[in-house]
Amino acid sequence: MTSSTETVSKQDTIDYAARLGDDAIVIGHRLSEWVSRAPFIEEDVALGNVALDFIGHARMYYTYAAQLSNEQNSTDDITEDNFAYLRDERQFQNHLLHELHKGDFAYSTARQLLIDVYNKYFLEQLKKSSDETLAAIAVKAAKETNYHCRRSKSWTLRLGDGTTESHERMQLALNDIWGYSHELFELDDLEQRLVDAGVAVDCTLLKADWLKEVTAIIEEATLTVPDQEWAVSGGRQGYHTEHLGHLLTEMQFVHRSFPGAKW
Amino acid sequence: MAEYNKSEAELEAVFQQKIDSEQKIEPKDWMPEAYRKNLIRQMSQHAHSEVIGMQPEGNWITRAPSLRRKAVLLSKVQDEGGHGLYLYSATETLGIERSELIAALQSGQAKYASIFNYPAQTWGDMGAIGWLVDGAAIVNQVSLQRTSYGPYSRGMIRICKEESFHQRQGYVIMMELAKGTPAQKQMAQDSLNRFYWPALMMFGPHDSESAHSAKSMKWKIKRETNDDLRQKFIDQTAPQIAYLGLEHPDKDLVWNEEKGQHDSGEINWEEFYAVINGNGHSNRQRIQHHVKAHEEGAWVRDAMSAYQQKKSQKQAKAETAA
Repeated sequence: MTSSTETVSKQDTIDYAARLGDDAIVIGHRLSEWVSRAPFIEEDVALGNVALDFIGHARMYYTYAAQLSNEQNSTDDITEDNFAYLRDERQFQNHLLHELHKGDFAYSTARQLLIDVYNKYFLEQLKKSSDETLAAIAVKAAKETNYHCRRSKSWTLRLGDGTTESHERMQLALNDIWGYSHELFELDDLEQRLVDAGVAVDCTLLKADWLKEVTAIIEEATLTVPDQEWAVSGGRQGYHTEHLGHLLTEMQFVHRSFPGAKW
Repeated sequence: MAEYNKSEAELEAVFQQKIDSEQKIEPKDWMPEAYRKNLIRQMSQHAHSEVIGMQPEGNWITRAPSLRRKAVLLSKVQDEGGHGLYLYSATETLGIERSELIAALQSGQAKYASIFNYPAQTWGDMGAIGWLVDGAAIVNQVSLQRTSYGPYSRGMIRICKEESFHQRQGYVIMMELAKGTPAQKQMAQDSLNRFYWPALMMFGPHDSESAHSAKSMKWKIKRETNDDLRQKFIDQTAPQIAYLGLEHPDKDLVWNEEKGQHDSGEINWEEFYAVINGNGHSNRQRIQHHVKAHEEGAWVRDAMSAYQQKKSQKQAKAETAA
């Protein structure tokens, strides 16, 4: 990446950090729904741990977005919580894959495989960002993501190559969510500007590595990579599935019921 | 001295002597069957309480009002799962499987702390549960660090460290609410009112009514009586309520100068026994939730063992070929 940060608009970086935060908080929320509902206690703990990692990533991205917003507006009262709690469905810009319902354990595992491998390649590139804060966040998040990848891989193998039932559930889940994976590799105008400035990751370049690794794991798990043509996108433009509204309703309700309160 | 040529009575005398001289009983030591059963009951009840306790708080992770509070609550609930695991393992040293313990929980044969049969209705309840429920648990657990069974005692020492963090996070929530807007303060008072008495009930019936107390004290499974521990909790909580500027839910509470402790109002024992016997707001829900998760996870556990089996077969094949 080439460094030419002077041409970067602050608002672009705010929006970029916020959408990365949106991805992290939304998937963190979905994972946290497993707590007390996992197949056994070790998994309650492990899923809670992964959820906590994602919530931690969201806080880093949002805190940075808040800091830049305060600089831009000469304010000091915008915090991470403004981004998580006070924006509506149309303002959230997470990928659709993240917001889909919790589903069964196979569904969550399949989704996590696609997301974790994506994050691995994404964060490797974000480490090289000309924006030092984003690069530093990437360094921290990458360590946890490597662990997430190992976990997703071993669960995919166990479920894919376990019993007939677990195999069928995994295949069904992959077929269900595959169409949501394509938008992970799309670049809109905002990200294109930031890619040109060396700030953002050019995610179109991640697809080949991602597909190769995900395919290898899926095939080792005796599963088949879905070949359907259908693909949906729109998350980065705030064009969401109906799942997100319910998630935000739940997440934001207490915060919004007490305007201005501190917690 | 070999144990095999001793009579039961002699063995029991040696056992009691060990206890009296404050030595720990370890898994391989001889122990009376009733001691073993009593421990399994108490330790598994403790493990189940950690696990069932994940429900009322887990219920609020997705609704926590700030990201910071969400992260703290999530890690607290995770700790509870860890404590549950730790306690199940410690119980397994007494020669029983985790699956048997869980089956006993689900059939209603084993109990868990009755406090979790009260619903967590508001964010304030996350404060009250951390502060009062974990607080009451700590009073009990600090005492149990000196319990006579080695694995239980060591477990308690470890668990107590994390529990005091849990109690602090609960109290921090209450402080934020108490010094917040009038609506927040009202939320704090309401949670205190609903959880104070149930927290006192966590110490169990009066000593005179307690079925397991006498023997447990003799064997030093329990180190202090229900009423003594409850009194400690009442005394430590009163100034904490005052500091928050909230009203004390016990209108009869007065400082007794002579005794150096508080005199307090009587617990509603009718409610205590009703909830213990399954008639609280959430008794059915808690067990149904646990059973549902367990049943829905059956295919995952099956897949895991099938995969493991395939893997070891492949390995064995490869070794024979080599």
